This record gives sequence, C-alpha cells and structure tokens, in this order.
Amino acid sequence: MAENPTEMKPGLFDRLMRIDRRVIFIFISVALIVPLFFNISQRIQVSPEVQMLNDAMNKVPDGGLVLFAMDYDPPSAPELQPMAVAAFKVALAKKFKMVIIGLWPQGPMQANMAFETATHDPRFKDVKLTYGVDYVNLGFQSGNEAVIQKMGSDIPTTFPRDYAGTPVDQLPLMKGIKNLGNFDFMVNISAGYPGTREWVQFGADRFGLKMVSGSTAVQTTEMSPYVGKQLLGLMGGMRGAAEFEQVSGYPGRAIKFMVGQSVAHVIVIVFIVIGNIAYFATRKRKGA
Amino acid sequence: MRREIPTAIAFFVGIICIIQFFIPHRPFGTLVDVFSDWFGIVAAFAIWLGALNLLKVSLERSLSKKKTHDRWYGLVVAASFFLIFIIGMFMSGGDQFQVPGSRFDYLYVNIYTPLSSTMFALLAFFVASASYRAFRARSWEATLLLIAAFFVMLGRAPVGDQLTGFMPEGYRLSEVANWIMTYPQVAGQRAIMIGIALGVASASLRLILGLERSYLGGE
Repeated sequence: MAENPTEMKPGLFDRLMRIDRRVIFIFISVALIVPLFFNISQRIQVSPEVQMLNDAMNKVPDGGLVLFAMDYDPPSAPELQPMAVAAFKVALAKKFKMVIIGLWPQGPMQANMAFETATHDPRFKDVKLTYGVDYVNLGFQSGNEAVIQKMGSDIPTTFPRDYAGTPVDQLPLMKGIKNLGNFDFMVNISAGYPGTREWVQFGADRFGLKMVSGSTAVQTTEMSPYVGKQLLGLMGGMRGAAEFEQVSGYPGRAIKFMVGQSVAHVIVIVFIVIGNIAYFATRKRKGA
Repeated sequence: MRREIPTAIAFFVGIICIIQFFIPHRPFGTLVDVFSDWFGIVAAFAIWLGALNLLKVSLERSLSKKKTHDRWYGLVVAASFFLIFIIGMFMSGGDQFQVPGSRFDYLYVNIYTPLSSTMFALLAFFVASASYRAFRARSWEATLLLIAAFFVMLGRAPVGDQLTGFMPEGYRLSEVANWIMTYPQVAGQRAIMIGIALGVASASLRLILGLERSYLGGE
C-alpha cells in the first residue's frame, strides 16, 4: 500500500510524546531491582515529624504500657512493616509492656511477623519475654471506630479473648487494664480506613490518648494536619520508615530500600521532563 | 413499617450517640456501649456477607458458559476461598489458627503476603507511566502542581539532599519538600477536612432526622 504523501512522518519529539509504557516499566524495574544487590548507603535527613515521633517514644517511661494498633495488611507491608519492626525494637529496648490489636483482620498477623523480626535482632538476644506478661496480642475486632469508642470505656468486653482464644482475664498483663486511659502511649500503623484518622477522632481527641502514627505515603498528606496536638509524631511512607530507623538507631530494610526509591524517583522525573520538552516542542510546531 | 422502623432506630441511636458525646454518663454511656456491641455484630455479619457474595459471584463466573478468562479467575478465587477456609477452620488448631507456625499462618506468610505485596507493587509501575503522561505543563495550575511534585519527589528521596548538599541549610531539597508538605499542603488539607466535616455533619443530621432515606433502598 502506498504511503499517503500528505501524512507527516513522526519526528523525534512526537515519538518522545508517546513513549511506550513498557519502556518506562523496564527502567523502573531496573531502578528498583539493581540497588538491592549493592550495599549502598545514603544519608537520610530526618524530618521534624519523625524526630518528634522518636522523642515522644523516648519520653515514655521505661516499662510503660503501650498500645500497638496495627491497621494494615500485606499490600502495604513493604512501606509499613519496617515502621512496625523499628517501633517494636524501641519498645523492646525500653521494656514497654505491649498490647497489640488490629482493626484490620490481617493487622495482628502482621504484628506477629514484625514482632518476631524485632526479637530476632541480636541486640535483644538476652531479652526474655513472656507472652501474657510482657506482651499480648488481642487480635482483630470488627466494628471500625465503634471498637475504639468501646475501648474508651471497656477493653476486656471489647476484646474478651486474645488472638489465640485465651480469655483476657487469664492474661496477667491485662489485669488492671480497663480502658484507653490506662495506656501511657499508643503507636498506630495505618494503611487507610479504619486507621489513624479514626484513632485521632475517637481515641486521641476523646480520651486524651498520646499517640504517634506511621502511615502509607499516600495517606500522609491527610494525617499531617493532626501533627502537633493530636499526633505527637508521624512517619510517612518508606521515607518515614527509613528516617525512623535512622533516628531510633535500628537501621533496617527501609533504609536499604531508599536507594531504589531514589533512583526510581529520578527516573520518573527524567521521564516527566522528557514528556514536557516534547510537549512544548510539538505544541510550538503545531502552533507555527 | 419497613421504612418507619429503621428510620426510628436511626433517630434513636443517632440522638443517644450525640448526647453521650456531651454527657458520657449513665444511661447514655451504657447505651452507647450496647450500640457499639450491636454494631460490631452487624459488622461481623457484613464481613461474612461480603465473603459469601464474592464466592457466589466467583462461582457463577466459573460455571458460566462464556469462554472468557473470567471463568478461570472465578475458579481461582473460589478454590482459594475454600482452601483457606478449610485450612483455617479445621486444620489449624481451631482458635489457634493465627498463631505463628499454624497451617493457616504458613499460607498467610508464604502465599497471601507475597501475592498481595506483588499486586500492590505493580502500582509503582503504573504510577510512573501515568506521571509521564499526566504531568504536562498545560496550564498555570498544572505547572504549579508539576513544580511541587518535582520538589516533593526529589526531596522525599535521599538523592534530593545529595544533589543539593552544597546549598545552605534550609534550602536543600528535603527541606523545601518538608516546607511544601508542612505549610501549603497542610493548609489545603485543613480546608478540605473542614469542608468534609461540615458535609458529614449535615449528612448525618439528615440521616438521623429521617430526611435522607436512600440507605433503605429507593427514594
């Protein structure tokens, strides 16, 4: 078939305007995978929100009673699991008594995984923990913010059994814990609804719960207005996790993953710049 | 009566919940605790309803005569549902099914977790591709968004500070990104939140007073 002589052959900028998405996928794959094989370290500037979070956790007296609400599931785990691990490590170092719950069905299991990773840190090899005395996992409870509301008045009836089916009155740590007012502090790791927003509205505001939060990057912008009063600190996304690992002195996976994130961000920006140059070049030509 | 009774329940429960916020004593506090329990029970049934509905839709798809990929997807969902249900309910020690080391926990850690993380990780690729296509300086507002995105994306990764390490403190990319996130972003978010809160308050009042009945179906 003969070519239409009136049709213009696409120029360089036209092609740059329509880069196949598979090309972008390949670049991003390489950017994310290759850094995993190298031990590159990057200096991470700690943001004021994460510094505040670390300071708030350190202000809790050693042996304090801390509530860990794990409101996330495996899809968000790459961002949130490092936060949970680092928070548990701080808790182990400060010998906090830990009560773990989840408003997401998968939360308590994620907490188990994070707790196990934290306890395997060689720095805590001499720490002897007894389930029911030093920590408990009360599992998942359905009801979203209604659960928080109920915890404000009566925790044993909200969580009558732990995640393994043991009645809470048989757990020594739970003796004397009546409601949210009994906790010295709370760490919430959140991937959405129900999560930090509900804990702020129904826990921190209502019952004066001192809390900090770790949330996914996309959710951070919604949580940052609470920082200062309702939230005593905030970790946002993997960057927040890396900052917390750094400032708490427990470097982990998030710091390692930051290299890949750096390269991936640069690649995305390069593609955006290319797209804009091509856009203006073709617009000018069309205008002419 | 199918409309009047649910409307009356919504009115009674809504009013008690509002009063309890200001007077957290008996009988209001006790009543709200009871309502919270009921809500938990209804929510637990809703989870079951959702799971069973997913199973129904998946089975219908897998038994459909249409030769599409959906048949296989439906079959995979139904088979996974039964697998995890049977192992969780009957082969993982009853109440102990979530305890590390149980069969259910093994499936959760080794199958569910990596599969879910993989699905979510795909977002990174689509976001990258979508950013390239969508972030064009077509207008003044789009240019502003583009500039903010440029600073935040670079500033939220350590590479931003490496590129601007020579700059005086306060002008490095991470600090510029923090400034954008702390001031213009928070100001915008607060405005949105206040707007949403007003909207929620008015929608809740309409529900409590029975002016909004769409949740009952129809109207």
